[in-house]
Amino acid sequence: MTDQRRRGFLKGMLGAGVAGFALGSGIMSLRVQAAATPDASDWPKKAFNTPGVDETIAELYEMEATESDQITMDLPTIAQNGAVVPVSVETTLPNVTSIALLVDRNPNALAAYFDIPQGTLPFVSNRLKMAETTDVVAVVISDGKAYKATQNVKVTVGGCGG
Amino acid sequence: MASSIRVRAVESGGVTSLKALVRHPMDSGFVKDSAGNVIPANFIKALTVSHKGKDVFVAHWGPAVSKDPFLEFRFKGAQKGDEVTISWIDNTGESDSTTATIA
Repeated sequence: MTDQRRRGFLKGMLGAGVAGFALGSGIMSLRVQAAATPDASDWPKKAFNTPGVDETIAELYEMEATESDQITMDLPTIAQNGAVVPVSVETTLPNVTSIALLVDRNPNALAAYFDIPQGTLPFVSNRLKMAETTDVVAVVISDGKAYKATQNVKVTVGGCGG
Repeated sequence: MASSIRVRAVESGGVTSLKALVRHPMDSGFVKDSAGNVIPANFIKALTVSHKGKDVFVAHWGPAVSKDPFLEFRFKGAQKGDEVTISWIDNTGESDSTTATIA
Protein backbone atom coordinates (compact mmCIF):
# COMPACT_ATOMS: atom_id res chain seq x y z
CA MET A 1 0.00 0.00 0.00
CA THR A 2 2.70 2.41 1.04
CA ASP A 3 4.75 1.56 -1.99
CA GLN A 4 1.92 2.17 -4.40
CA ARG A 5 1.06 5.44 -2.78
CA ARG A 6 4.68 6.42 -3.04
CA ARG A 7 4.78 5.58 -6.76
CA GLY A 8 1.64 7.58 -7.33
CA PHE A 9 3.12 10.45 -5.43
CA LEU A 10 6.31 10.31 -7.47
CA LYS A 11 4.34 10.31 -10.71
CA GLY A 12 2.36 13.25 -9.51
CA MET A 13 5.59 15.02 -8.67
CA LEU A 14 6.94 14.38 -12.14
CA GLY A 15 3.79 15.81 -13.67
CA ALA A 16 3.94 18.82 -11.43
CA GLY A 17 7.58 19.30 -12.33
CA VAL A 18 6.87 19.31 -16.07
CA ALA A 19 3.94 21.68 -15.64
CA GLY A 20 6.07 23.88 -13.43
CA PHE A 21 8.77 23.97 -16.06
CA ALA A 22 6.37 24.90 -18.83
CA LEU A 23 4.94 27.62 -16.66
CA GLY A 24 8.32 28.69 -15.44
CA SER A 25 9.84 29.09 -18.88
CA GLY A 26 7.27 31.75 -19.69
CA ILE A 27 8.17 33.97 -16.78
CA MET A 28 11.81 32.97 -16.61
CA SER A 29 12.99 36.30 -18.00
CA LEU A 30 11.20 38.13 -15.21
CA ARG A 31 12.54 36.02 -12.36
CA VAL A 32 15.94 34.58 -13.18
CA GLN A 33 16.71 34.11 -9.49
CA ALA A 34 13.59 32.07 -8.86
CA ALA A 35 14.62 29.49 -11.46
CA ALA A 36 17.35 28.27 -9.13
CA THR A 37 15.08 27.80 -6.11
CA PRO A 38 15.22 24.20 -4.93
CA ASP A 39 12.07 22.15 -4.80
CA ALA A 40 11.07 21.39 -1.22
CA SER A 41 7.72 19.83 -2.08
CA ASP A 42 9.22 16.34 -1.95
CA TRP A 43 10.48 16.96 1.61
CA PRO A 44 9.66 13.69 3.42
CA LYS A 45 7.53 15.06 6.24
CA LYS A 46 6.87 11.66 7.76
CA ALA A 47 10.54 10.62 7.87
CA PHE A 48 11.40 13.93 9.54
CA ASN A 49 8.64 13.39 12.13
CA THR A 50 9.52 9.87 13.26
CA PRO A 51 11.18 9.18 16.61
CA GLY A 52 13.68 6.32 16.82
CA VAL A 53 16.58 5.44 14.53
CA ASP A 54 15.42 2.15 13.03
CA GLU A 55 11.88 3.42 12.43
CA THR A 56 13.25 6.49 10.67
CA ILE A 57 15.60 4.48 8.43
CA ALA A 58 12.68 2.24 7.48
CA GLU A 59 10.51 5.27 6.72
CA LEU A 60 13.15 7.14 4.71
CA TYR A 61 14.81 4.32 2.77
CA GLU A 62 12.26 1.49 3.16
CA MET A 63 14.96 -0.93 4.30
CA GLU A 64 17.02 -1.94 7.29
CA ALA A 65 20.61 -0.83 7.71
CA THR A 66 23.45 -3.21 8.61
CA GLU A 67 26.46 -2.14 10.68
CA SER A 68 29.55 -1.26 8.65
CA ASP A 69 33.12 -0.49 9.72
CA GLN A 70 33.73 1.27 6.42
CA ILE A 71 31.90 4.38 7.61
CA THR A 72 34.05 6.90 9.47
CA MET A 73 32.33 9.40 11.73
CA ASP A 74 34.11 12.44 13.09
CA LEU A 75 32.37 14.15 15.97
CA PRO A 76 33.23 15.13 19.54
CA THR A 77 32.72 12.54 22.28
CA ILE A 78 31.74 15.33 24.66
CA ALA A 79 29.80 18.31 23.35
CA GLN A 80 29.72 21.35 25.60
CA ASN A 81 26.91 22.89 23.61
CA GLY A 82 24.23 20.63 22.18
CA ALA A 83 23.01 23.39 19.89
CA VAL A 84 26.07 23.12 17.66
CA VAL A 85 27.70 19.72 17.32
CA PRO A 86 29.88 19.29 14.23
CA VAL A 87 29.37 15.89 12.59
CA SER A 88 31.40 14.59 9.64
CA VAL A 89 30.83 11.33 7.81
CA GLU A 90 33.09 9.69 5.28
CA THR A 91 32.95 6.22 3.79
CA THR A 92 34.98 3.91 1.57
CA LEU A 93 31.82 2.06 0.48
CA PRO A 94 31.33 2.16 -3.33
CA ASN A 95 28.54 3.82 -5.37
CA VAL A 96 27.14 5.94 -2.57
CA THR A 97 23.89 7.69 -3.49
CA SER A 98 22.73 9.04 -0.15
CA ILE A 99 23.98 9.81 3.36
CA ALA A 100 21.71 10.47 6.35
CA LEU A 101 22.43 11.77 9.85
CA LEU A 102 20.20 10.66 12.71
CA VAL A 103 20.19 11.69 16.36
CA ASP A 104 18.68 8.93 18.47
CA ARG A 105 17.41 10.88 21.48
CA ASN A 106 16.08 13.94 19.65
CA PRO A 107 12.26 14.32 19.47
CA ASN A 108 12.55 13.25 15.83
CA ALA A 109 15.59 11.22 14.87
CA LEU A 110 16.26 12.41 11.33
CA ALA A 111 18.41 15.55 11.28
CA ALA A 112 19.44 15.67 7.64
CA TYR A 113 20.03 13.56 4.58
CA PHE A 114 21.99 14.28 1.46
CA ASP A 115 21.78 13.21 -2.18
CA ILE A 116 25.22 12.21 -3.43
CA PRO A 117 25.18 12.28 -7.26
CA GLN A 118 27.88 10.54 -9.30
CA GLY A 119 31.09 12.57 -9.13
CA THR A 120 30.46 13.79 -5.60
CA LEU A 121 32.62 12.16 -2.96
CA PRO A 122 30.91 10.22 -0.14
CA PHE A 123 31.80 12.82 2.48
CA VAL A 124 29.72 15.39 4.30
CA SER A 125 30.18 17.72 7.22
CA ASN A 126 27.25 19.41 8.96
CA ARG A 127 26.38 20.87 12.37
CA LEU A 128 23.48 19.42 14.34
CA LYS A 129 21.43 20.12 17.45
CA MET A 130 21.18 17.48 20.15
CA ALA A 131 18.73 17.58 23.02
CA GLU A 132 20.71 15.32 25.37
CA THR A 133 23.47 12.73 25.53
CA THR A 134 22.73 10.48 22.58
CA ASP A 135 23.86 8.09 19.90
CA VAL A 136 24.43 9.69 16.51
CA VAL A 137 23.86 7.35 13.58
CA ALA A 138 25.20 7.81 10.06
CA VAL A 139 23.39 5.89 7.32
CA VAL A 140 25.01 5.36 3.92
CA ILE A 141 23.25 3.95 0.87
CA SER A 142 25.84 2.03 -1.15
CA ASP A 143 24.95 -0.14 -4.17
CA GLY A 144 21.31 0.22 -3.15
CA LYS A 145 21.88 -1.22 0.33
CA ALA A 146 21.80 0.61 3.64
CA TYR A 147 24.74 0.63 6.04
CA LYS A 148 25.11 2.45 9.33
CA ALA A 149 27.64 3.47 11.96
CA THR A 150 26.97 4.76 15.46
CA GLN A 151 28.84 7.02 17.84
CA ASN A 152 27.83 8.34 21.25
CA VAL A 153 28.03 12.00 22.21
CA LYS A 154 27.83 13.26 25.78
CA VAL A 155 25.91 16.53 25.71
CA THR A 156 26.38 18.78 28.73
CA VAL A 157 23.94 21.53 27.71
CA GLY A 158 21.01 20.50 25.51
CA GLY A 159 20.34 22.28 22.24
CA CYS A 160 16.58 22.06 22.12
CA GLY A 161 15.55 23.60 25.45
CA GLY A 162 14.55 27.17 26.05
CA MET B 1 20.69 43.07 1.01
CA ALA B 2 23.75 40.99 1.46
CA SER B 3 23.33 37.34 0.58
CA SER B 4 22.50 34.93 3.40
CA ILE B 5 25.00 32.46 1.95
CA ARG B 6 28.76 32.55 2.28
CA VAL B 7 30.62 30.09 0.10
CA ARG B 8 34.20 29.04 -0.33
CA ALA B 9 35.01 26.54 -3.06
CA VAL B 10 38.59 25.45 -3.68
CA GLU B 11 39.76 23.07 -6.39
CA SER B 12 42.83 20.93 -5.77
CA GLY B 13 43.90 17.80 -7.64
CA GLY B 14 40.59 17.47 -9.47
CA VAL B 15 38.52 17.57 -6.30
CA THR B 16 36.58 20.67 -5.35
CA SER B 17 35.97 21.21 -1.67
CA LEU B 18 33.00 23.43 -0.97
CA LYS B 19 32.15 25.03 2.36
CA ALA B 20 28.96 26.98 2.80
CA LEU B 21 27.61 28.96 5.73
CA VAL B 22 23.99 30.09 5.60
CA ARG B 23 22.54 32.73 7.89
CA HIS B 24 19.22 31.31 9.07
CA PRO B 25 17.54 30.94 12.51
CA MET B 26 16.66 27.22 12.00
CA ASP B 27 13.92 27.42 14.67
CA SER B 28 12.71 23.93 15.48
CA GLY B 29 9.23 24.77 16.74
CA PHE B 30 10.07 23.10 20.09
CA VAL B 31 11.59 26.17 21.76
CA LYS B 32 9.67 28.77 23.77
CA ASP B 33 10.64 32.41 24.12
CA SER B 34 11.04 34.20 27.48
CA ALA B 35 7.29 34.92 27.59
CA GLY B 36 6.51 31.22 27.19
CA ASN B 37 5.25 31.47 23.63
CA VAL B 38 6.39 28.77 21.22
CA ILE B 39 8.70 30.16 18.57
CA PRO B 40 7.22 28.83 15.32
CA ALA B 41 9.30 26.43 13.25
CA ASN B 42 11.40 28.18 10.65
CA PHE B 43 14.08 26.05 9.04
CA ILE B 44 15.67 25.36 5.68
CA LYS B 45 14.17 22.29 4.04
CA ALA B 46 16.35 21.93 0.99
CA LEU B 47 19.67 23.27 -0.18
CA THR B 48 21.10 22.47 -3.60
CA VAL B 49 24.51 23.08 -5.08
CA SER B 50 24.74 23.02 -8.85
CA HIS B 51 27.67 23.17 -11.24
CA LYS B 52 27.09 23.71 -14.97
CA GLY B 53 23.38 23.09 -14.57
CA LYS B 54 23.82 19.77 -12.78
CA ASP B 55 23.10 19.25 -9.09
CA VAL B 56 26.30 18.10 -7.40
CA PHE B 57 24.82 18.03 -3.91
CA VAL B 58 21.35 18.20 -2.40
CA ALA B 59 20.85 18.57 1.35
CA HIS B 60 17.45 17.78 2.87
CA TRP B 61 17.38 19.39 6.26
CA GLY B 62 15.12 19.10 9.26
CA PRO B 63 14.84 21.38 12.30
CA ALA B 64 17.68 19.52 14.08
CA VAL B 65 20.28 21.24 11.92
CA SER B 66 22.03 23.98 13.89
CA LYS B 67 21.30 27.68 13.59
CA ASP B 68 23.29 29.34 10.81
CA PRO B 69 23.97 25.95 9.17
CA PHE B 70 27.40 24.98 7.99
CA LEU B 71 27.96 22.44 5.26
CA GLU B 72 31.02 20.94 3.67
CA PHE B 73 31.31 18.41 0.85
CA ARG B 74 33.62 17.51 -2.04
CA PHE B 75 32.98 16.78 -5.70
CA LYS B 76 34.93 16.01 -8.85
CA GLY B 77 34.75 17.41 -12.36
CA ALA B 78 35.00 21.15 -11.78
CA GLN B 79 37.89 23.44 -12.63
CA LYS B 80 39.24 26.64 -11.16
CA GLY B 81 37.16 29.57 -12.40
CA ASP B 82 33.97 27.51 -12.80
CA GLU B 83 30.86 28.82 -11.14
CA VAL B 84 28.74 26.98 -8.57
CA THR B 85 25.26 28.05 -7.54
CA ILE B 86 23.95 27.45 -4.03
CA SER B 87 20.24 27.85 -3.33
CA TRP B 88 17.99 27.12 -0.39
CA ILE B 89 14.30 27.19 0.46
CA ASP B 90 12.79 27.08 3.95
CA ASN B 91 9.45 25.89 5.34
CA THR B 92 7.92 29.36 5.04
CA GLY B 93 8.71 29.51 1.32
CA GLU B 94 11.55 31.97 1.81
CA SER B 95 14.53 31.29 -0.44
CA ASP B 96 17.92 32.63 -1.43
CA SER B 97 20.57 31.85 -3.99
CA THR B 98 24.14 32.84 -4.66
CA THR B 99 26.85 32.07 -7.16
CA ALA B 100 30.50 31.56 -6.30
CA THR B 101 33.64 31.06 -8.37
CA ILE B 102 35.86 28.08 -7.65
CA ALA B 103 39.34 29.14 -6.58
